[in-house]
Amino acid sequence: MRSFTVPPAKNIADLNRVARERILFLDGAMGTQIQSLGLDEDAFRGQGGRSCAYHSELPQKGNNDLLILTQPDAIEAIHYDFAMAGADFVETNTFSSTTIAQADYAMEAAVHDLNAEGARIARKAVNRATAEDGKPRWVAGAVGPTNRTASISPDVNDPGYRAVTFDDLRIAYGQQIRGLIAGGADLILIETIFDTLNAKAAIFACFEAFAEHGARLPIMISGTITDASGRTLSGQTPTAFWHSVRHSRPYTVGLNCALGADAMRPHLSELAGAADTLVCAYPNAGLPNAFGKYDEEPEDTARKVEVFAKEGLVNVVGGCCGTTPDHIREIAERVSAYAPRNIWEMADA
Amino acid sequence: MREPLLRLSGLEPFVLTKDIPFVNVGERTNVTGSAKFRKLITNRDYATALDVARDQVENGAQIIDVNMDEGLIDSKQAMIDFLNLVAAEPDIARVPVMIDSSKWDVIEAGLQCVQGKPVVNSISLKEGEEVFLHHASLCLAYGAAVVVMAFDEEGQADSFERKTEICARAYKILTERVGFPPEDIIFDPNIFAVATGIEEHDNYGVDFIEAARWIRQNLPHCHISGGVSNLSFSFRGNEPVREAMHAVFLYHAIKAGMDMGIVNAGQLAVYDQIDADLREACEDVVLNRSTANGGNATENLLDIAERYKGDKREEKKRDLAWRDWPVEKRLEHALVNGITEFVDHDTEEARQMAEKPLDVIEGPLMAGMNVVGDLFGAGKMFLPQVVKSARVMKQAVAVLLPYMEEEKRLSGGGGKETAGTVLMATVKGDVHDIGKNIVGVVLACNNYEIIDLGVMVPPQKILEEAKARNVDIIGLSGLITPSLDEMVHLATELEREGFDIPLLIGGATTSRVHTAVKISPRYSRSQAIYVTDASRAVGVVSSLLSKTQKQDYIDGIRLEYAEVADRHERAERAKSRLPLAAARANALKIDWTDYSVPRPAFTGAKVVDNWDLAEIARYIDWTPFFQTWELKGVYPRILDDEKYGEAARNLLADAQSMLQRIIGESWFGPRAVVGFWPANRYGDDIRLFRDPERTQELAMLHTLRQQTSKRKDSPNVALADFVAPEGVKDWVGGFVVTAGPEEAELAERFEKAGDDYGAIMVKALADRFAEAMAEMLHERVRREFWAYAPDEQFAPDELIGEPYRGIRPAPGYPAQPDHTEKRTLFDLLDAKAATGVELTESMAMWPGSSVSGLYIGHPDTYYFGVAKVERDQVADYAARKGMELEEAERWLAPILNYRPDASMTIAAE
Repeated sequence: MRSFTVPPAKNIADLNRVARERILFLDGAMGTQIQSLGLDEDAFRGQGGRSCAYHSELPQKGNNDLLILTQPDAIEAIHYDFAMAGADFVETNTFSSTTIAQADYAMEAAVHDLNAEGARIARKAVNRATAEDGKPRWVAGAVGPTNRTASISPDVNDPGYRAVTFDDLRIAYGQQIRGLIAGGADLILIETIFDTLNAKAAIFACFEAFAEHGARLPIMISGTITDASGRTLSGQTPTAFWHSVRHSRPYTVGLNCALGADAMRPHLSELAGAADTLVCAYPNAGLPNAFGKYDEEPEDTARKVEVFAKEGLVNVVGGCCGTTPDHIREIAERVSAYAPRNIWEMADA
Repeated sequence: MREPLLRLSGLEPFVLTKDIPFVNVGERTNVTGSAKFRKLITNRDYATALDVARDQVENGAQIIDVNMDEGLIDSKQAMIDFLNLVAAEPDIARVPVMIDSSKWDVIEAGLQCVQGKPVVNSISLKEGEEVFLHHASLCLAYGAAVVVMAFDEEGQADSFERKTEICARAYKILTERVGFPPEDIIFDPNIFAVATGIEEHDNYGVDFIEAARWIRQNLPHCHISGGVSNLSFSFRGNEPVREAMHAVFLYHAIKAGMDMGIVNAGQLAVYDQIDADLREACEDVVLNRSTANGGNATENLLDIAERYKGDKREEKKRDLAWRDWPVEKRLEHALVNGITEFVDHDTEEARQMAEKPLDVIEGPLMAGMNVVGDLFGAGKMFLPQVVKSARVMKQAVAVLLPYMEEEKRLSGGGGKETAGTVLMATVKGDVHDIGKNIVGVVLACNNYEIIDLGVMVPPQKILEEAKARNVDIIGLSGLITPSLDEMVHLATELEREGFDIPLLIGGATTSRVHTAVKISPRYSRSQAIYVTDASRAVGVVSSLLSKTQKQDYIDGIRLEYAEVADRHERAERAKSRLPLAAARANALKIDWTDYSVPRPAFTGAKVVDNWDLAEIARYIDWTPFFQTWELKGVYPRILDDEKYGEAARNLLADAQSMLQRIIGESWFGPRAVVGFWPANRYGDDIRLFRDPERTQELAMLHTLRQQTSKRKDSPNVALADFVAPEGVKDWVGGFVVTAGPEEAELAERFEKAGDDYGAIMVKALADRFAEAMAEMLHERVRREFWAYAPDEQFAPDELIGEPYRGIRPAPGYPAQPDHTEKRTLFDLLDAKAATGVELTESMAMWPGSSVSGLYIGHPDTYYFGVAKVERDQVADYAARKGMELEEAERWLAPILNYRPDASMTIAAE
């Protein structure tokens, strides 16, 4: 007999209390910071850092998550910079640390260590920051969408075909989440959701992992809306998306990545109107330019994110692709003045 | 805390609010309920099976029940296959699914295929608490609502006591031990057949209804569902009686709290419309009463049922019931639904009843248009529909006009009272008027009188007409950037001439910032107001013409614009621009060392004719077409959009049918010219040569360089950077295409016929043809004329994303904001003679459905915006062009980062 009735983790009381007091901050883009280090293949494999216990024939340059094992000090420094810039939540560098995503690098064997170490490194950075200024901070275990879709066929001629099944995803996510819990993650952040069925598999995996762990960690859920139709890649409206994930009783639901803060605002507004939980938003620094880089200055992004706060749409904000510690600092500065979205007195809607 | 409501989803959300008395769950995709569907699934004819699902959704099913429980098929695989296919059909997948099976493994397989929040049908205590807990926990983890059957270890509940006892027990387990949200629980207290002749069955209807009432009162937030067709099982083959029984049963069960049911949405009688005898007889059976004369209810119904045997259901016909309504209601219906078919007849009928013809306009027609206006304001109608309503209105007015003229002639008086008069014009030098026409139609629909002066209207004419016609508001429209200055100029003139009526500003290049910063300060006697789109026009105009609101509204706008202007100025001051020399030093540096590009098939200009309209139509990018109609979204997804989908589909259907005529009757005469010349970069300019040896200069194309201060690795680019310097053989091309001058005549013909919708449509399509031609011609250039990508293979819809090598920047657009560069291009191509396209004094192209541009071929080219430039560059540019500084500043006004009238010393800091 399956039972998923487990008590909530202890930190949830703290998290709820601080969310009532103010808008909270998530960190910015890991990828952008890693790119600026200009690491080459050898560095990815551990030169100048730590040698990798896992072997793969494939090139590893671009496997950002692997740096957790091969360049832990660099990753910790990035986490620390974001923490000091004002982030309350520091995301682990584990966006692609599932067997499904690591298959591209033949690094499936490293998945448990990536997640457990990823959480430990983030924890170390957070502790170092807290030791300096006394502010509590939390480690959010990042769970990415993988590169496969469970409800869309990759083959136009065979719409019933699926390249990945719910069970494939459930198992892969389960390994990742157990690793994150083992490494001491405070929350699980299921992010950049373009296909809600993938997210539902991750939620299911959370239910299973939490039941084994004996406590229910807070979950943050974040979808992404990548085109003007205002729907997820798999076709859901923001409200439909919320209905699909509400059973996870998430700490926050929200949106990230995509087309920048301006384009996100109407969808966020819809979601904030529908969701009876905290709302979180972390947009990209605008749109990538012709070279795939993000031009938006910290102040531009912050001004746009400030609008979210001004309109009372958010409880947690941060940045996605292209946002640096400077962006987070600027966002924190501008947004701190506003009260969080009030869900505690939310009227019958 | 908000009210816990059942919240489901497919691609779109579904919330069971108190306003929804009853949810139809479509039963046609259930192999146990539909022989047709069973056959389709056993034959694996999934395409037709999907049509069945689609029909149900179209017929109003808010949830679709999918059941594959059939001995001869692999139910689990069929469930997976069918749900995966449904996921690929947005018009079906938009509603939530009810995953229906008596086998748990089939249900679980289904749960793993849906991204939305589904309903599981069903789980029960049949196999004891442990299994029930197991299934319920899994439903929760998969994120599904559940139907719980009133079934326990003892069997299926038939009496009120058993039904309520089992449901209460299940509710307690679910809410207290599983943590299941009570609003996600739907009880099915079992509908059994009545009127079977077995006495014990007679109270089954009452037992269900009363159990439903008790459950809703005692088990908070949960819901009641049931399979209604069981009820009438003993009347198999007599559909009229079955439908009547269902309708009567539902009438009472819904009142008691049943809020969901598996029914065939297309086959449900309306309670009020059932024959009184039959209804009474059904009522007796369902409620287990004796008949009025003390007889047996079942026997009575059996008797009556004989009369209905063999009744064939009527074919569903076009619903013309509204034709029986009073004439006012008929006119309203025709206006709201855009039906012109009967409007002449109805208007005439109304006229004969009215005292004078004007009363018809002011009475029923205006009342109908007010309904349209309200629906539009509430977002329940969309622009294309409103424009269709206007067409009906115009047709009705056309019927009345002769009578009104006659009346006027006889009495010498009488004119219609309007809510106000708005003068509209596209400013001097600009020919674009689709947006202006749409605004005109929308305002006319709201009873404002519109005086439309058309396109390229000189300021003097606007002032004269405004004075002579005593208008209340002036609306200006423009699409190209020089029009912005015309608007500023007109505002200045209005101020000088002492006007005090509001000035509305609209059109593609206009903006709130420009209006606030440049236009508003010039017109202090009244107010210039930027109007985002046609949907806002009515609100703005009615505020401005309301005696009570006007002043507050204008004060509010003034305050807002002052803030906008202030913010703009501060932002501009903060933006650092690089001196021209520094921007040049940071130019894009392409490595030309090994670059070679084929020589184009010809140099000089060449007319391209023999355009096939059908072929052009294949290249149409529809997304901007919908934008023209203010339907925002990406084609084709917009067709399934929750808000705009229906309007978009209708609009596209109308567009397609006009497209067929455009093609079939050759409405447009498309023309094009293309040319290539040897070219090299020369500073910030591009030098074209007459001869392949590049000794004689033919012309100079001038380009502007970005002066924004950039992050470290982005260059300050100018178009010239994309062309090879002297010593490397490079070429540059140019083109002009037009859908032809016919669009204007066609639009006029539609307008004269009172069909504004057609007029706007033909112009919108002409624009699309011109853009599609530009795309096609560019493709030919890459593959054939210049042939630097002879093997390129993209389908027309792939071209929309511009995946190919090279760009075709147009003068007047962000990469080269100077419209006067069109002159050089037109001269080089002798474009007027070749295509009939002319340049207006503002450098707009006439006819409006024309596109021009350059071709640049290097693989590293991209589109960019020059953005604001400084005086140093403008002075340099003017000198290079041989233009006076003031003239250059006038053409570049929208991108100047300084005020040309401010003294040099300040700007030079």
